[in-house]
Amino acid sequence: MNPFTYKRATDSAEAVREVAGNRNAKFLAGGTNLVDLMKMNVQQPDTLIDINRLALKKIETTANGLRVGALASNSEVANDRRVREGFPVLSEALLAGASPQLRNMATVGGNLLQRTRCYYFMDTTFPCNKRVPGSGCPAIPGFNRIHAILGASDKCIATHPSDMCVALAALDAVIRVEGPKGAREIPMTEFHRLPGDTPHVDTNLQPDELIVAVNLPSSAFAKRSGYLKVRDRAQYAFALVSVAAALDIRQGRIGAARLALGGVAHKPWRSLDAEKILTGAQANEQTFRAAADAVVKDAVPQKHNAFKIELARRAVVRALSDVANRGAGGAA
Amino acid sequence: MSANQQSSKTNQKGGVIGRPLDRVDGRLKVTGGAHYAVEFPVENMAHAVLVGSTIANGSIKSIDTSAAERAPGVLHVMTHENAPRLKPVSTNPAEGDAAARRVPLQSPTIYYSGQYVALVVAETLEQARHAGELLRVTYDEQPPAIDMERERSKAVAPKGKVAGKPADTSRGDADAALAAAAVRVDEIYRTPTEHHNPMEPHATTAVWDGDKLTVYDATQYTYGVRHTLAVTFGIPEENVRVICKFTGGGFGCKGTVWAHVGLAAAAARAARRPVRLATTRQQMFANMGHRAETEQRVALGATREGKLTAIIHEGLSHNATYDEFVEPFSKPTHMMYACDNFKASQRLVPLNVGVPTYMRAPGETPGMYALESALDELSYKLGIDPVQLRLVNHADTDPDEKLPWSTKLLKESYHTGAEAFGWSRRNPKPASTLEGRFLVGMGMATAVYPVNHFPSSARVIVRQDGSALAESSTHDLGTGAYTVLTQVAADTLGLPVERVSVEIGDTNLPRAMVSGGSSTTMSVGSAIQGAARAAIAKLKETARADSRSPLYGASADQIVAAGGRLTLANNTSKGETYTEILKRAGMNEVEAVFDMQFNDKPKTHSSHAFGAHFAEVRVDADFGEVRVTRFNSVFDIGRAMNLKTAASQMKGGIVMGIGMALMEETVYDKNLGHVVNRDLAEYHVPVNADVPPIDIVLLENFDEHASPIGAKGAGEIGIVGAAAAVANAVYHATGVRVRDLPITPDKLLGKGALR
Repeated sequence: MNPFTYKRATDSAEAVREVAGNRNAKFLAGGTNLVDLMKMNVQQPDTLIDINRLALKKIETTANGLRVGALASNSEVANDRRVREGFPVLSEALLAGASPQLRNMATVGGNLLQRTRCYYFMDTTFPCNKRVPGSGCPAIPGFNRIHAILGASDKCIATHPSDMCVALAALDAVIRVEGPKGAREIPMTEFHRLPGDTPHVDTNLQPDELIVAVNLPSSAFAKRSGYLKVRDRAQYAFALVSVAAALDIRQGRIGAARLALGGVAHKPWRSLDAEKILTGAQANEQTFRAAADAVVKDAVPQKHNAFKIELARRAVVRALSDVANRGAGGAA
Repeated sequence: MSANQQSSKTNQKGGVIGRPLDRVDGRLKVTGGAHYAVEFPVENMAHAVLVGSTIANGSIKSIDTSAAERAPGVLHVMTHENAPRLKPVSTNPAEGDAAARRVPLQSPTIYYSGQYVALVVAETLEQARHAGELLRVTYDEQPPAIDMERERSKAVAPKGKVAGKPADTSRGDADAALAAAAVRVDEIYRTPTEHHNPMEPHATTAVWDGDKLTVYDATQYTYGVRHTLAVTFGIPEENVRVICKFTGGGFGCKGTVWAHVGLAAAAARAARRPVRLATTRQQMFANMGHRAETEQRVALGATREGKLTAIIHEGLSHNATYDEFVEPFSKPTHMMYACDNFKASQRLVPLNVGVPTYMRAPGETPGMYALESALDELSYKLGIDPVQLRLVNHADTDPDEKLPWSTKLLKESYHTGAEAFGWSRRNPKPASTLEGRFLVGMGMATAVYPVNHFPSSARVIVRQDGSALAESSTHDLGTGAYTVLTQVAADTLGLPVERVSVEIGDTNLPRAMVSGGSSTTMSVGSAIQGAARAAIAKLKETARADSRSPLYGASADQIVAAGGRLTLANNTSKGETYTEILKRAGMNEVEAVFDMQFNDKPKTHSSHAFGAHFAEVRVDADFGEVRVTRFNSVFDIGRAMNLKTAASQMKGGIVMGIGMALMEETVYDKNLGHVVNRDLAEYHVPVNADVPPIDIVLLENFDEHASPIGAKGAGEIGIVGAAAAVANAVYHATGVRVRDLPITPDKLLGKGALR
């Protein structure tokens, strides 16, 4: 662990100012990911700007939905009645992740910025294009059972580890950020990036921008939504494959659909092709199977993760069936 | 409900043996009063950290320590270029206690990834850690040998024995019998590398005073640490004191002495300061041993009635390139079933990994997974119930040693377990039960573990105030040793447990051997019983010789000890308290030492603990996720000293067995040789949600041949066969036989009865 300077910001303008002047500064919120990475020298910021005193903890009802403060803890969001009733997929995704202790510390903003759990990224003994650009990707010739099947590049096959982000991708969430040039909004689907030739850049957030809130628009499909996570043990494991599904069903026909997958790509994988098939179709298994096929149409397996393609297909069918059967409104 | 069959009868005297007492050290643990190796306050202490190799094969070209040495707070940087010459210690348990004969930091050669290349001592832990990262090491790197499959042509016969037997052994003609058998199973089973992962990482605090050394260590073997350090530094054993009051789990990886222990002492000497060295979880994946991966062929020949006519158990396990450890998977097969034709053979494949070591039931754990899986396969081929198949082949005497069993309640274990589990409700047809989205299956397997005991010494002191103290330098790994030994002492002394205390984990106390091989209760318990009896005998002598005593002139065998008093056996009103005896004699206390020897008589019996596991699983028919839903296990472990801690040992073993069946696997990168999943986020062990209700029955028994206190050992048998029971249940649920553990969803997806 490198020596570093610790500063505490009192408002978002001050926090942004501190980081804007120093490319090696990082915001510190719950610290459940960043501090681990610092201990392992995966990240070596020279300055930490503690933002925990900023007034960004509230979950507020807005004209068209909810505004979730960036410092709201994962536990608070998961257990908020408005979230459970209006956006059950978000509550379920949060509760499927980590452990109660971690969820009490981890924040919404931090969860958005979680780094990959690729073994090779997490261990500085290995080369890694995401950690040291140009050093190579040992996961491709190495052990890649947990790696991406969609949207990967020959530079990086890591997956995004978050459950929450998969739900946000299916909810048309919008990320509100503040930077030196003022505030802006980034649609969730454009927040994270595919690896391409620059796997070291996870998101389209600029280094001097601070996430202040996540806006969740209410909708009929958000109300009838759910999260499914397939994993190697019952709890406290990252997803092999996860699915956030949201459907607006009227008289058996799908009015609107959202479908996003976790554990399969460098970012929460929203499948517009599948949504197109679902929209307007009858809500039945045949439709769901067609949607599942569309999700994995362009999937490319690595040596150890071909099973994820079939697993993803099955998980999509199960998740859509479960959501169709559960009726609109509220986690079970 | 936990129907402990062992209850009243073993307790005929109404004594404390067997009582399910809460742990006597429970309060200390939950209040933080229990000090582990890094928690002993030491004045003027410095901190050491170890730095590991970033290559898996080759040698160090150069180490630039200059930046590290200039870093704030740094007191000393040790590499192979300036380390003191340390003497190697034998790894043969009869002669030494080192985990590996290779001494660290003595040469530039790199045998495995993470091997220590340097040590940094600084004022604070953070300073030491930071300075360690400033070292610049360059290497001559060679491609590592990591893949057992790729290296299998380099397999060699072990130099030493395999669990006390030659690597190639046979009786009868197994090959011919197999060829002639009416029904055959001949399959390869694989188990991966596994790591022990005790909660407490290895740690050592070393304090020199002249040429006297005190060490606080996380260990299963205080006297072994003392011996190793004495040899390493060329000082008399009496100069070394090793203290370990609590061990935060060991499972075998703290049973021998790893390199960091000597390095902590070397660092303390070099820095002229007491030094604390705590290893990291990541370092434990490289440097503290592991259970080696195995590839096992099990071939069974049988008659149509299910009688075994041939058993062959042979195969490979991996080894380090610089030392030898054999994972003796064929060991239980020698004696498990009655069969005239048997053959076993083991070979080692040297790889660029740290040397493997003992891990909870070494040999039995992977071996019984393979053997009991093969038995299960045979049961389906024959159409014979798996329990019945095992009864048909029950060994009424030890077929290997040709000796009668000391005691063996294995048939009772099968019957009791089948009844408690509801085995008769099992549909013999695999893949026959679908409940909603889940395929449900039932499986069973046998458990076995030999009786191991080691010579042990104990001292018991009965004080004038009517309290007592029992002492021996054994260990409590979280197993309940403090509690169990308190019960043995209290029972023998005829005192309430509240009046008896136990001191362990200090080489100033009488010698005990390694807390391994499920030996502690038998070995140290018997020594304490002997010392307590000797103390009572001294009290009797004192009373009988004293004309003022009501017991004056009575013969020793007429006198009994109970309730803190000596009385006549036939007239308990005639007697007096220990306090009265000692007071009148002007003695503050009476003290007795007992040296327990076990192998001083010819062996007349073969002694093993036995058991049977019954497991139910639910397999998600779409995804192949396996969840264990119930577990019933029945054991014959001889007399249980404490039904609660003994049942907890069984449960802990079964939880570990569930982990072995479904998730535990250390993965090495086959190109670079580093462990890729070297933390508890990615090396999966069961979490609470993975563990079903586990119902334990301990059959009532007293095995006088196993140990004077009647016990057969409890620490390891719980894991033996547990993974096979789960794997067999998965087959029954799905019709898919997974022969390489762990059984993860990808190995079931879309196969058999899965959709």
